[in-house]
Amino acid sequence: MKEKGIKKFIHDFGVPRFIILCFLIALFILAPFVGADLPTQVTNLLNRFSWNAVLVLAMVPMIHSGCGLNFGLPFGIIAGLLGGTISIELGYTGVLSFVMAILFATPFAIIFGFLYGTLLNHIKGGEMMVATYVGFSAVSFMCMMWLLLPYHSPTMVWGYEGKGLRTTISLEGFYDKVLSSFLEIKIGNLSVPTGAILFFALLSFIMWSFLKTKTGTAMTAVGSNPVFAKASGINIDKIRTLSVIMSTWLAAIGILIYEQGFGFIQLYMAPFNMALPAVSAILIGGASVNKASIANVIIGTLLFQGIVTMTPTVMNSMIHMDMSEVIRIIVSNGMILYALTRKTDDRRDA
Amino acid sequence: MKNFDLKKFLADRSVPIMFIIICLVCIPLSGFSTSYLFNEIVTRVARNTFLILSLLIPIMAGMGLNFGMTLGAMAGEIALIFSSDWQIWGIPGVVLAMILSIPISILLGALCGTLLNMSRGREMITSYIISFFINGIYQLVVLYMMGPIIPILHESIKLPRGYGIRNTVSLLNLRQCIDNLISVNILGVKIPVLSFIIIIALCLFIVWFTKTKLGQDMRAVGQNMEVARAAGINVDRTRVLSIIISTVLAGFGMILYLQNMGNIATYSSHSQIGMFCIAALLVGGASVDKASIGNVFLGVILFHLMFIVAPRAGTVITGDSMIGEYFRVFISYGVITLALVMYEAKKHKKKKMKDGGDNEE
Repeated sequence: MKEKGIKKFIHDFGVPRFIILCFLIALFILAPFVGADLPTQVTNLLNRFSWNAVLVLAMVPMIHSGCGLNFGLPFGIIAGLLGGTISIELGYTGVLSFVMAILFATPFAIIFGFLYGTLLNHIKGGEMMVATYVGFSAVSFMCMMWLLLPYHSPTMVWGYEGKGLRTTISLEGFYDKVLSSFLEIKIGNLSVPTGAILFFALLSFIMWSFLKTKTGTAMTAVGSNPVFAKASGINIDKIRTLSVIMSTWLAAIGILIYEQGFGFIQLYMAPFNMALPAVSAILIGGASVNKASIANVIIGTLLFQGIVTMTPTVMNSMIHMDMSEVIRIIVSNGMILYALTRKTDDRRDA
Repeated sequence: MKNFDLKKFLADRSVPIMFIIICLVCIPLSGFSTSYLFNEIVTRVARNTFLILSLLIPIMAGMGLNFGMTLGAMAGEIALIFSSDWQIWGIPGVVLAMILSIPISILLGALCGTLLNMSRGREMITSYIISFFINGIYQLVVLYMMGPIIPILHESIKLPRGYGIRNTVSLLNLRQCIDNLISVNILGVKIPVLSFIIIIALCLFIVWFTKTKLGQDMRAVGQNMEVARAAGINVDRTRVLSIIISTVLAGFGMILYLQNMGNIATYSSHSQIGMFCIAALLVGGASVDKASIGNVFLGVILFHLMFIVAPRAGTVITGDSMIGEYFRVFISYGVITLALVMYEAKKHKKKKMKDGGDNEE
C-alpha cells in the first residue's frame, strides 16, 4: 500500500523531475567527500538563484494566459539592456543607476510587450515557435543597433573608435551588486545575497496578489478555458496582451538583476540563448505548458541552478572530467521536450 | 481582374522579390566581379542544395519545417569521423561515410518522428528543441565516449588529453573529391558536374517519390489527418517515415557539404545548418506547408548571393565590417520569422472562420 503511495507520488511529481531531484541530492551528499566546501556551494547556489529567479518568474504570466512558454524572453531582455545602457550613458552611478535603469527599461518593455502581444494574438496556437524567432530576430537586429546607436560614454564604447558598444561592459561603479550587497549576511564562507532575494520575493508577492485580483483570475480563466472566458464577457485579446506586457517587463527587470549580480552587461549575441534555461527551470519546478505557480518558479530555479553549480565541482573532483556543460544541455532540453510531448496537456484553441 | 491577379502574384512572392531587390542594391555596392560571384554561387549551390532538398518531404507530410534535420547532419558528421579515423579517403571514404550514416540517421529520425507524433500541433517547436537535446547527446558521445568506449585509432583526431575528438577534423584527403572528379571550366567558372548530377538525381527521386503509394499517403496525411486515417492510412507510421527519410537525406547532404568544405568543425558545423537551410528554402518562396524543388533552387541562389554581398556592402555603406555580418544574420532570422507569422496567421484566420461558421449553425 505504501509503495503504491510512493509510486503515485513519483507519477504526480513527474519522472524526470524526480530523477533531477535525486541527482541533485546525490550531488549534495557527495560534495563533502570530494572535498567541496558545502557553505561555498550553498553560497554559489543562492547567488545564482538570486540572479536568475526573476527571469524565470517572467514565464508565469504568459503561461497563465495560455500563450505557452515564453521563448521570446530575449525581446524583454533587450528592453532591460536598453534601460541599463541608457542609464549609464546619462551618467548615473551607484544605486541611482539601477533605479534609473529600471525606469528607462519600463517604457521599452511596455511598447515591446504590446507589439509582441498584438502579434501573438494573430497567431494563436503557434505562439511558441514564432516567439522563438521573434526573439532571435530582435537580438540580431539589436546587434546592428548596438553598433549604430549614438552611445558615447567612455565606459561603454570601444576605446579606439569612440563608438559602438563593447560586447561586455563592466558595472563597477554603477549598479554592480547593488541588490546582492544590500543587507548581505556573512557567516564564514556562507553569504546570502539578501537584497536580491528580497527583491525577488517582493516581485513574486506582487505577482501572487495580482493573480488573486479580478484581472488575474480573468487571466487564468483565459488560459484554462477560453470558451468559458469569452462567454463570461472577458476580452481575451486584451488579457493576453496584458500578460505578454507583464512577461516582457519582468524579463527586462530580470536581466537587470542578473547583471547586478554578475557584474557585467553582456550585449550582442548574449541574450540569444537566455530563454531556454529559464523555460527549462520553470518546467523542472513542476510547471507545464499551461500551468505555473510561484512555487514552481522557486523550486525550479533552485533545482536548475543547483545542477549548474554543483555538477562542475563534484564531477570534476570525482572523475576529472568536466561534463557539466553537456549534462546541463541534456537536462534542460530534455525537460522541455518532456513538457512538450506530454499528452495530458490538452491543447487549447481560442 | 487582371490587376487583382498581379497583386496576388506579387503578394505570394513577396519574400523572393524583397531578396532580389536587396541583392540588386548590394551587388554594385560590394564591387565584386561577376566571375567571382558566379564562382561563389556555383560552389555554394553545389554545397548546400542537397541539404535543403531534405526538408521537402516533411513539409509534404504536413509536419512543417523540419528543424530536426540537424540530427541527420550530426549522423553524417559521426560517420565522417569514423571514415577519416579509418583512413579511408577519396570517393570510397565518402561512400563509406554515407553508408555508416544511414543506421544512425534512421535511429535518430525514428526517435524524432515518434516524439513529434506525441506533440501534434506543435511539431516545429518540438523538433527545434529535439535538435538541441540531441546536440547534448552528440557532445556526450563525441567529446567523452570516443576514445575510452568507442575505439578511435588515430591520435591525430583525438584531443591531447586522450579522449574526445578535436575541435576540427581535417578532411584534406577527401576534400572536394566529388566536386573535382568531373568538373568543367566554363568562362572561368568551375562547375562540379558530378555534384550537380547527384543533386539532380535527388530531385528526380523526390519527384518519383511523390508519385509512389507512400508519397501519396504523405500528401494525404499532410492535407488532412482525419480523412487520411479514415481512408485507412497509418498516419503515425507515415509521419515517422517522412522524418526518417528527411534525416537520412540530411545526413548525406551534410557529408557532401563537408567534403566540399574540407574539414569538420566537430562541435559547431551542425548547429547553424538547420537555420541556414530553412532560411534559404523560405527565401525561395516556400511556406511552412508548401514547398517545391523550384523554391529550393531559387532560394539557395538568392540567399547565398545575399550572404556573399551583404557584409561587403555593409562595410561600404557604414564603414563597419560587423554591420553587414549582423545584417545577414538578422535577415536569416527575419525571413524565418516572417514565414512563420504568415503561416500561423493564415491558420488562425481559417480556424476562426470555421469556428464562426459552426456557431452560426
